[in-house]
Amino acid sequence: MEIKKEAVAGTVESSDAMVTIAPNPTGAIEIHLKSVVERQFGRQIRKLVEETLKNLKIKSAIVRIEDKGALDAVLRARLEAAADRASEQKVNWKERA
Amino acid sequence: MKNLNTNGIGRTIPSQIEGIGNLELYTSSYAHTKLMTKSDALKPRPSKTKVVKDLEEAIKLSGLKDGMTVSFHHHFRGGDFVVNMVMEVIAKMGFKNLTLAPSSLQDCHKPLIDHVKSGVIKRIFTSGLRGPLADAISRGLMNVPVVIHSHGGRAQLIESGEIKIDVAFLGVSASDVYGNANGRFGKSACGSLGYAMIDAKHAANVVLLTDNIVEYPNACASITQEQVDYIVEVPSVGDPKKIGAGATRLTKNPQDLLISRLTADVIEHSGAFFDGFSMQTGSGGASLSVTKFLRDKMLAKNIKASFALGGVTGMMVELHEEGLIKKLIDVQSFDAEAAISMQRNPNHLEVSASYYANSLAKGCAVNQLDLVILSALEIDTNFNVNVITGSDGVIRGASGGHSDTAAGAGLSIVVAPLVRGGRLPSVMDRVSTVITPGDTIDVLVTDHGIAVNPRRTDLKEKLKNVPDLPLYTIEELKNMAYKITGTPDPLEFNERIIGLVKYRDGSIIDVIRQIKE
Amino acid sequence: METKKLRRSMLFIPGSNAGMLKNSYIYRPDAVMFDLEDSVSVREKDTARLMVFHTLKSIDYRGIERVVRINPIEGPDGMDDIEAVVRAHVDVIRLPKTETVEDVLAVEKVIARVEKEAGIPVGKTKILAAIEGPLGVVNAFEIAKCSTRLMGIALGAEDYVTNMHTSRSIQGSELFQARSQIIIAARATGLYAFDTVFSDVNDTDGFLTEVNIIKQLGFDGKSLINPRQIELLHEAFKPSEKEIERAKKILIAIKEAEAKGSGVVSLDGRMVDKPVVERAMRTIALAKASGIRIEEAQ
Repeated sequence: MEIKKEAVAGTVESSDAMVTIAPNPTGAIEIHLKSVVERQFGRQIRKLVEETLKNLKIKSAIVRIEDKGALDAVLRARLEAAADRASEQKVNWKERA
Repeated sequence: MKNLNTNGIGRTIPSQIEGIGNLELYTSSYAHTKLMTKSDALKPRPSKTKVVKDLEEAIKLSGLKDGMTVSFHHHFRGGDFVVNMVMEVIAKMGFKNLTLAPSSLQDCHKPLIDHVKSGVIKRIFTSGLRGPLADAISRGLMNVPVVIHSHGGRAQLIESGEIKIDVAFLGVSASDVYGNANGRFGKSACGSLGYAMIDAKHAANVVLLTDNIVEYPNACASITQEQVDYIVEVPSVGDPKKIGAGATRLTKNPQDLLISRLTADVIEHSGAFFDGFSMQTGSGGASLSVTKFLRDKMLAKNIKASFALGGVTGMMVELHEEGLIKKLIDVQSFDAEAAISMQRNPNHLEVSASYYANSLAKGCAVNQLDLVILSALEIDTNFNVNVITGSDGVIRGASGGHSDTAAGAGLSIVVAPLVRGGRLPSVMDRVSTVITPGDTIDVLVTDHGIAVNPRRTDLKEKLKNVPDLPLYTIEELKNMAYKITGTPDPLEFNERIIGLVKYRDGSIIDVIRQIKE
Repeated sequence: METKKLRRSMLFIPGSNAGMLKNSYIYRPDAVMFDLEDSVSVREKDTARLMVFHTLKSIDYRGIERVVRINPIEGPDGMDDIEAVVRAHVDVIRLPKTETVEDVLAVEKVIARVEKEAGIPVGKTKILAAIEGPLGVVNAFEIAKCSTRLMGIALGAEDYVTNMHTSRSIQGSELFQARSQIIIAARATGLYAFDTVFSDVNDTDGFLTEVNIIKQLGFDGKSLINPRQIELLHEAFKPSEKEIERAKKILIAIKEAEAKGSGVVSLDGRMVDKPVVERAMRTIALAKASGIRIEEAQ
């Protein structure tokens, strides 16, 4: 998946996360995480972000996450939604599920 | 007769008598009378007032010296002006290396940070720490670790002399010119002065601060004139809006209501719910709302409580005035309703912290409790509870009456959401700080399920036959929490100890370490 | 006797609300309904879809039935909704604004295709048809019998009363005809019947009045918008102690009569015939399913 423009998904309400994905001119993956549970889950959240980007076949992006205690399911949903919006392509559900 | 002397009024009296010893002879009518001041009056008498010019004067007269211990109470909660007001003057007067022994500290006590940095304050004893001060201490502000104690524990430390209060500065909402004072009347009313009563009794010097001097004698006196040395009149001892911030409202949060409802069901079948039972609840959230559900059951089964202890809230006052709770035993009034109730309900009793919870006194009120409902930040699989350090390891709470009531009550119930703030498990393998040891905790009620301490086989028997009660082991609850959130990485701390946690008997139950940045 | 699955309470959860999606099972409704339709703004249909998709896939709802209300498939979102939630193994798809048999059959086709592609047994995903207008009410019976995937029909009153040029009231005379048609259609075809939401969360008395009306009409359950309503509803649907005692007596009387070999049974001066026995058995089953312990009769 190619990130064509900057896009946002999610909110900063408790239990949610706001994810912004933008193209990265340097051509790598850059993750910026600000989380209310950084000490306990920061490591695991970063790992999940890397995995999700890999599954979406995203090789280059700047990902900013403002996390308010979102569970994995919500993080994935927000990441995928931001990526879909940023890539301007329709979701292929066969591959996504 | 030997050694005959003439006393001050011209009588001839021996200086010594066999079987009695030396006699001290009368010199003049006011030679040994307190409160005598220089006066040109035709009849010199002791002063009719203890009110001094200002705080600085009171501090001078108290004989405060470097290295001494000063104390305060926290009945004005987040609206307190006294601590900051007094410490500002003490700092300006140049005192150093003092020990601060307030009953607790709040967010508003941020200015103490500067007093620590400048060397005015060397040590702190307190039940709780919050806000920027707590944050700074967690990051290593103080050279000597703070000492955290319970409410009952503080009474014990003061009575035993481990905390030796040289000067107590006690804010009161009404006092006469001699120091007969209460917290019930006046614009800064806070209700019970339970914590202050200990200081007034044991401190070497007692200075009252008040914004409301009333006519002598103040008939309603929680602190009495024999205990008081000086009085300072100030414009305000606290912010009334924050002292009794309205009635503690019942939660509408469905998660809290679910926990409360389950808790009430546990109580109903626990054997601790009978006509004449006694109880204590927390001040907010689920632990307060249990009262609402219990009330329905009390009405349905015609059960009345013999007393409620606390931490008294407007909710309890309502039940008292309804006749469902016969008496209220109050060491601290949590809201304006409770404070006002003390004015008019003769069975709303004011008691000291020692009466309330001192484990080394000759019996304390918590021992009479059938049931207490407590909150928790964290609880581990041994039922040990943390109510003081937050999920990031920073101090942001208080020991309070938690360990006191848990130990004294026949049934102690901890309520907490299984997962807090989106992704933080409340139930874990090991809490970061132990305030209350697990063998004093009987039941945990969460929104996902209930765990009974395995020691309490009697409770387990009673509850397992209740239909629809989601019973689990505490390990199962922990696993449920970790399954939802993922297994958290453990918090990292530095070696350096910044706090000692005293159990209610004065022994050290845990330490708090400096957080790693 | 086989206990009929309880579907008394269906808790409504907006599909965009992370806080509610993550733990609403703690309130133990019989079913949850994740909504992708009217409670989600047009701009967030895509994000809500993914939220519900991932919730279905990885949040354990402890055996509670999971329903998703999709958008109409004539619009831009309905097809994607079905792709996402079927692949995530949703239990039931709730079809909004069902007016005709064709509405159901069109959706059924799409579901079947997706099930096949995803390797899910075709027919596993059920449908709940929500009737929200007069045409749907007129067609209720036809709709109810048109597909084996249908597990129930429901009334959606907000749109319905708007279409009927009236407004909601507590005694609900404006809904009487619609409720009647729906419950009759449901019973004639063996489907569940569900009533509409009661939106005033603070009006407990009004809520209970409405619950008793629909209980008396024979409805199986109701949509709820706040967890506080769950406990109230379950309590109201529980058979009373008196009803349970009477049901037990009836079943005991029947057993005794069978043992003696006598035919007609009479209890307290009333004849106990087959419909009476069936109602008694249903009462006991409902009581048991509601968590009441019933000591078995000898």
